[in-house]
Amino acid sequence: MGRLLVALASGALFGAGLLVSGMTDPAKVRGWLDVFGAWDPTLAFVLGGAILPMALAWRIAARMPRSLSGAPLPGPASRQIDARLLGGSALFGLGWAIAGYCPGPALASIGFGGAAIWIFTAAMLLGIGLHTLLNRRS
Amino acid sequence: MEADWIRGLIGGLMIGAAAALYLLVNGRIMGASGILGGFLTRSPAGSEWRERGIFLLGLIAAPALLVWAGFGHGSRPVASTLGLVVAGLLVGFGTRMANGCTSGHGVCGISRLAWRGIAATLTYLVFGVLGVVLARALG
Repeated sequence: MGRLLVALASGALFGAGLLVSGMTDPAKVRGWLDVFGAWDPTLAFVLGGAILPMALAWRIAARMPRSLSGAPLPGPASRQIDARLLGGSALFGLGWAIAGYCPGPALASIGFGGAAIWIFTAAMLLGIGLHTLLNRRS
Repeated sequence: MEADWIRGLIGGLMIGAAAALYLLVNGRIMGASGILGGFLTRSPAGSEWRERGIFLLGLIAAPALLVWAGFGHGSRPVASTLGLVVAGLLVGFGTRMANGCTSGHGVCGISRLAWRGIAATLTYLVFGVLGVVLARALG
């Protein structure tokens, strides 16, 4: 029960943060990536602001035997940089720039984004499904 | 412009606090694509699946309620219908293939100086800049 409440609070805080920061505005995201045009540096502040508390959290986690709920903490980060990581990130970057949505902000916009966000999200779910299907076959 | 970066910083701190809470209490990495992917493919079933579902509920409901109450505003699309479909497919497929997106690799990865997170973030930023050029062509 406690874990579910924390998941709800964490999801809600994440969503509210995405709205406040401007990440749910596709024009803002497009402006951030438009380095050769009218560049908008706002997202650097969003990323910087998000990394700060999380960097502190990793330091605290390193001194804890388990998480506060008793569940194990994540193990050391993998160092493997392969074609899947870079290729997948490249495809994601292209899509992110075209629509101005990444998965978090897309989900956070479902309630108010109108028809465009439904089309994007439906295609995103299809993309996830396609990847799952191809992975099962190989 | 000035209000924009202040709002960006405050929103960013909220995103980071959400990720810190999820890590320190539930022992999990807050990655939007991983949480969504795991929920959809029902893997693993049981309590972890329910936890992901309820996280997604909070993620969808909180901003919707805020906009409904008059804080913040709806977003205007920048892409055509074709652009939205192509972009959605690329984002869905790409984030599953790379096992992460801006929240997982960007926020949670970079903050622990993980090589995978840094490499993924640099890659999607470079291709994002290229994508803006492509997006202009797609409309």
